[in-house]
Parts: sequence; C-alpha cells; structure tokens
Amino acid sequence: MKVVNQPVMKKDAMSLVTGKPVFLDDVVPDNALVVKVKRSPYAHALIEEIKIDTALKVPGIEAIYTYKDVPDIRFTMAGQTYPEPSPYDRLILDQRVRFVGDAVAIVAGENEKAVEKALRLIKVKYQELEPVLDFHTAKDNPILVHPEDNWESKCPVGADNKRNLCASEVSGHGDIEAVLKDCDLVVEHTYHTKADQQAMMETFRTYTNMDAYGRLNIISSTQIVFHVRRIVATALGIPKSKVRVSKPRIGGGFGAKQTLVAEIYPAFVTWKTGKAAKMIFTREECQIASTPRHEMEVTVKVGADKDGRIRGIDMYTLSNTGAFGEHGPTTVGLSGHKAISLYGNLEAHHFAYDVVYTNHMSAGAYRGYGATQGIFAVESAVNELADRLGMDPVKLREKNMVRQGEVMPSYYNEVNASCALDRCMARAKEMMHWDEKFPARDMGNGKIRSVGVAMAMQGSGISGVDVGSATIKLNDEGFYVLRIGAADMGTGCDTILAQMAAECLSCGVEDVDVFGADTDGSPYDSGSYASSTTYVTGMAVVKACEKLKHNIIARAAQILDCPEEELEFDGKTVSGEKGRVPLADIATSSMCGNNIPMEVSESNSSPTSPPPFMVGMVEIELDKETGVVELLDYVAVVDCGTPVNPNLARVQTEGGLGQGIGMALYEDIQYNAKGKLWNNSFMQYKIPSRLDVGRLRVEFESSYEESGPFGAKSIGEIVINTPSPAIAHAVHNASGVWVRELPITPEKIWKGMQEKNED
Amino acid sequence: MQINLKLNGKLIKEEIADELLLIDFVRKHGCYSVKRGCETANCGLCTVFLDGKPVLSCSLLAARANGREVTTLEGLQEEAEEIGSFVANQGAEQCGFCNPGFMMNAIALFRENPDPTDEEILEYLSGNLCRCSGYEGQLRAMKNYIAWKKEKQEVGA
Repeated sequence: MKVVNQPVMKKDAMSLVTGKPVFLDDVVPDNALVVKVKRSPYAHALIEEIKIDTALKVPGIEAIYTYKDVPDIRFTMAGQTYPEPSPYDRLILDQRVRFVGDAVAIVAGENEKAVEKALRLIKVKYQELEPVLDFHTAKDNPILVHPEDNWESKCPVGADNKRNLCASEVSGHGDIEAVLKDCDLVVEHTYHTKADQQAMMETFRTYTNMDAYGRLNIISSTQIVFHVRRIVATALGIPKSKVRVSKPRIGGGFGAKQTLVAEIYPAFVTWKTGKAAKMIFTREECQIASTPRHEMEVTVKVGADKDGRIRGIDMYTLSNTGAFGEHGPTTVGLSGHKAISLYGNLEAHHFAYDVVYTNHMSAGAYRGYGATQGIFAVESAVNELADRLGMDPVKLREKNMVRQGEVMPSYYNEVNASCALDRCMARAKEMMHWDEKFPARDMGNGKIRSVGVAMAMQGSGISGVDVGSATIKLNDEGFYVLRIGAADMGTGCDTILAQMAAECLSCGVEDVDVFGADTDGSPYDSGSYASSTTYVTGMAVVKACEKLKHNIIARAAQILDCPEEELEFDGKTVSGEKGRVPLADIATSSMCGNNIPMEVSESNSSPTSPPPFMVGMVEIELDKETGVVELLDYVAVVDCGTPVNPNLARVQTEGGLGQGIGMALYEDIQYNAKGKLWNNSFMQYKIPSRLDVGRLRVEFESSYEESGPFGAKSIGEIVINTPSPAIAHAVHNASGVWVRELPITPEKIWKGMQEKNED
Repeated sequence: MQINLKLNGKLIKEEIADELLLIDFVRKHGCYSVKRGCETANCGLCTVFLDGKPVLSCSLLAARANGREVTTLEGLQEEAEEIGSFVANQGAEQCGFCNPGFMMNAIALFRENPDPTDEEILEYLSGNLCRCSGYEGQLRAMKNYIAWKKEKQEVGA
C-alpha cells in the first residue's frame, strides 16, 4: 500500500490552523433573522396562557411562534435510519413542557438585542406539574412524561408511553441462573454513569433560507445531512423534495450533531416567513437543552470458578433518556452487547434493560453510545472479581478474553473475524511495565502510585442498516472528484476516503478532491455515526473506484482499438501491446463523442459490524490526605484493523482518551430538587485542560479485517471506553476504595478511605 | 460612542454600541478566525492580541481597545502557517475550531520564550481548551517546531 496506512496531512489542515473562515457562522450571509428559543423554567408544566403581543411590538421582531402555531405532527430528532427506533414523541413546540430548558416559544428578529428583549416580554402562565426526576421510580410511575395519545413507537423496542418506558428488552443465551449458582464466586455490583456533555467546541448552529427554486435550504453543522432532510420535512409536514441540506466544516460532533438540536427552529421560521434565519446555540443552551450521554445504572453479576474461568455474565441496565427518547432504544443495547462480548466462551449470559422517561433534558448520541457505560460496569466488575480471587487482573483477562474465530452469542452471534486483543494486552503490559507496577507502590511522601487496566470494543457501523455511498468522477487533466454523504466533523474522513481512492486509482491524495456533504450533490449515506465511515463508506469508495478504473480501461480500449483484457492501468497511463494512452487524454476524450460514464457511484452496506478492540492501562498518583488523583501515564494499544492514516488514528485515540479521562474524573451533571441543571457552563462543567490528561502513549496492534477496506475497522468511538474502568481500578489499587459512580472525585475517594478506616 | 483603533495594522474609526464586545467587533470586520466557544472566559478560542499581549476578546468591551492595537490570526498569517504546519503534520488540528485561539497563544508563547520546556508549554497554553485532540499531538507539534527552529538557527550560524 502506497497511500493507505500513511500519515497523510488532512486536506483541510492548513486552512484550519491558519484560521480561515470555513465554519457555519463564517460562511453564511449576515442578513439572516436571529432565531432564539424561550425556555421553560419548570421541569414539568402545562402552558395555560401565553401572551406574545407586547413582545411582538419590539422593533425588529419578525415573528413569534408558540405551540398554537406548529403542526400537530410528532417526530423524533434522532438522526437514525427510517423507521427510527426512537419514538415519535416531540412536537416543534408543545403545550406540555418536560424539562427545565424545554422550548416554549420561537422568536425571530433582526438582531440579537431585539430578540433577547422579546424573549423577556413573552408572558407565560404555567400550570406547574409534579415532575419525574428520579429515574429509579420512573417506570410505572403514575406521573407520565408522555401521556399523549398520538405518541408513537415505530419499531418493536418494548416501548410504552403509559409506563414511562422508551424501550425494554431481555436477551441472552444459556441458563444464566444455573451457571451462576454453580460458580465458585459471583461478584455483583451496580455502576452509575452520568449524562456527560459532548462539549464540542463549536456549539449547535444552523442557517436556513429559501433557494431560487422555492425550496428550504438548510446549512447546518451536522453529521447527518440526509436524516436532517427527512426529519425536517416530516416535522414541517412538507414534501422531502422541498428540503436541501448541506454542511460546511464542523467544529466537532462526537454524536451531538447526530440529532437535530438546532435545525428545526430556524427551518420553521424560514418556511413560515420566507426569510433567511440563523440559530446559534449559546454554550449554556448546549449544556441545558441538547442531547448528552444517557445516564445509566448498570448492575452486573460476573460468575467465575476459583481458577479464574469466567462462566457467566448477567446484566441489567437502567437508562435515563430524559424528556424525549432520542437514541434511547439503541444506546442501551450497546451497554450489554459491546461489554459482555469482551469475554469469550461464556456458558451463559443474560442482558435485560429498561429505558425510562424522566423530566430531565433528553439524552442522545455521544461517542461510545452506551458501550462506554456498559464497559465501565463490566470491566470494573471483572477488576473486582480479580481482586476477590486474588488474581492479577491482566492474567484473568488473558484467560477469558474473546479470541479471533470465536462466535459471540452476545454480539448478534457474529464470528469474531479479526481480533488482536491478545496482542494489545501483551503490548500494553510491556509498555506499562505492569508486572513491576501492579498493584501499587507507596512513595513514602503521602502519595501512592498505582496502575489499572481495562479492555474495550465497539462496532464498525450498524450491521444490515447503515448505507455508505461514494461517487467518483474523472475530470480534465486526469484529476478526480470524490463525492460523499459522510460528514467530516474534524475526524479527517474526507482525507482517509481520498487516501483509499488514491490507493485504488494509483494516484496521489492531492489528485482526489473531496465534496460533501450535500443532499443534492452527494450520494446517499446514513451519515457519520456508529463508527461507520471508514468501514462502511470506505468500502463504497473502493467499489466505486474499481468500477471507474474499469471504465477508464474500456475507454482506452476504444481509443487503442483493442480488447480491454490486453490493457493495464498504472494510475497515469493505460497501456498494452497496441500502445499507451495517458489518463489526461482519456479524460479529455471522455468529453467528446463518448458513451462510457467517467462518473460512477457505488453503495455499500455490511451484514456484520466487526469490532475494533483495545486495551487501556493507566498509572496514577493518589494523595492519601486529599484523595486527589494525578494521571501520570496512559497506555493505549488499539486494534482498529489497518490504520488508514496512522496520524489521524493516533490523534483520534488520544482525543478519545482525553474525553474519557474527563468523564472519569471531572465531568459531572447535577440537578437541584426542582430539576434544574447546575452544570450549565464550562465553569461548572469542567472538561480536561492540557494539564489534566497526563502522558498519553498510543500504539497499534493491527488485525486484518477481510470485509473492510484495506483491512480496516473503526476507530472513532472505542477510544473513549477504557479510562473510566481503568482509572477506577487504579484508584482502588491505591486506596482500597471502589468508586462505582462517575466522576471519581477526590471527595468520593476520601470519604471511601475514611469509611474503610472506620471499619 | 466612537472608537479609534488599529486592527491588524489598519486604522479604524467607528461609532459603536457601548456594550459591544471585542469579539463581535473583530468578527464584524471580517476577522472570522476569532471564535466563541463559551461565554464564561473558560475556553480560549477568542484569544486576540491587545497591544501584542493575548487577551480574551469575549470578555473585553470593544471600547477598551480604543487607541490601541488589536491583532488577530488574520494579521499573523506567516507565523500561523509556520507553526501551524507542525500541528497539521501531526493531524492534531482535528476539527480546527479551537485552532486559531490556540495558535494565537502559541505565537505569544514563542515570542516570550523561544525555547520553552514541556511544562512551560502546557502551562502557557492551559487556557486553550480542545475537545478533539487530547492535547498530546499539539505538544508533539510544539516540540517539533522548537527543534526545527533550533536546527534552522544552527544552520544559519
């Protein structure tokens, strides 16, 4: 391979480092109406009366909309393939408000000052209702978050709005009760993860106008242009043909922009007024009214024999989807499927879950998508098991980890076709000097250094669902344009897909321009989520390039008047015994008297979702007096199949570790007794700075995935999954305290140490 | 009120609203590299130079820049390209939204201290948040830049 597996610079890198105007608010016209939303002060209430007449009189105000003005069509904002598993439980504006921050009215005006003033002048009389704030009591609670009769679940996910249930399911194999009963030791604990924010640096933002054809044109910072088109048309009750969606550069997504958090409001304004509109979320709005990670409480039972053979895992996940069901039915599945499956040859497993509605802000998609929560639980439980068995947790894993070639009953019965998890563990152990450092060393100065370990997996796209497509076109002088519907949100997918095209067409990355994503100009793609782009769309690129190569040779055969089979294409020239034609000449000739298409499109979907695997090991220093944890060293060894671009795969890994460290140690979500969120800014919601992440060391141990492009699997999501369990493990090894609720704060550690001393 | 200032070397005399923030003023004048990442002076994305010193333009009234010199990354393109190419070579720019603010402080750092230690780099740039990179690639980039700069000087000497 000449271009794939090379550390190619991202195609947009120099524009980005020099601050060129490439993001939404840099490129859209500034004559758009400013759109803002008035938000509910109550967690649960009915709007009895809403007066907008005074607010409408503010100079510069164009329009104000309330629940009386919007279509009575329920929809979901979750960017998923139709029919969405997420329930249709939203209106654009509803008479019932379901969390502090829920939309009450939409205001559009000429400038921010006028809009802010109008927001204050809207007078609302609420009938305050008792909210459901504790997700333990939500199921079958007499108070219903969604009592409405036109609530609809389009897929059989075990949902029932009259029970506050967004989804529920039971699955498994073998007789779990009998197996656990027969085990020498069963460890059982409950682990709690919070509704962390993606906190991408660019907040949600969307621009809308009417185009020359009378269509609603949406430019949005989104991962899912095609889903946005469908969902906006559905919510507005207009034909899909009336909507076009495109994206500029995106300032980070991490799943947040897999949901239509901002799009619907300016779209509604433009559709009603015919005028251009723009909505830019504040950071506070991102914190209080978006789609963070699903809060989950995961109860795990792991059964093993004295010799350390893990025989069965039983798991129950309670997931809090908040006021709306975006991604509720799907995230929860990963908490089991992508955690239990780390262990091979289980005699039985059992996995049950409930996803409940509460009067908190809706949850959504966040990197890891449920797997992160489940892996914190299972990997922590396995570490606790090792501790109880008096066994090295690395040895316990070496004995039980899933291996290449095994069938995975908890992973849709897929065969584990490519897996270097064993090599990841061996290399991580070596890099960390695990045998010398495990479990801990007292430094004699009130500080203890200790290590912790965790494994992780994820998927590569949604099997049998995700569709990736690519269109490749040969142009004058022999350069190519690759059109995609996948969204580069900073990950570099434009570049790695161009690398794949260049590899197939034996040219340089600079010879391939990339266009995307635009519902009019791009071939269909489900979008960039579920770790799908490299694996699913990548294979579409390979297929399209192979087809174009064939057509290039066919055109050359016409020119040389010889059979195609006699010809070969080396990227620059097609040649055979009868002569040679440069690519540039083929390109030129294709524009004159030609019937062979020099633009081809291919789609790809995969019946399997090959998991990437990794091992994370951390070394920390814990202060015995204060419980403060300092990260010293984080070692991550990843099997993402062939790393298409080792630089970008490395930075993806380091970035995921950084986010995972934030989730493990700092990022907290706290509500007051009335359901108001405290952590509404970067002052209260602390994401890691460069002083907080310690040293991150990343290496790759690659398997080769036959069904992926050039042997590649995914990398984007898996990398966030190890920090929470690995750090919790290291904290235990230093302090004797198992912190089972994130984040692992000094306060929790210190209190735990005090309790231990009292025992 | 009226203000007079120099923005990237250009004299501007303008009538402005008293409450106008410097970030909104410079963006209005086409300096789109200056980004808003929070409203609480926590993220560093809106960093500009005021008389050569880095400040957060989201927390400064435009009026405070009266009679002074404001510089954004648009006015420092040569340095941005030179240092930025090392970031790009690591793939550490990722989404790129935080890059301009980060580059501003990196330029300020190297002006103040051409040969910083790792700790000094981390400390100086700690006010620039990045959610994509985990910071490690940015650190490699800064170290490579310093090494390249040294090599260049040695060759020159």
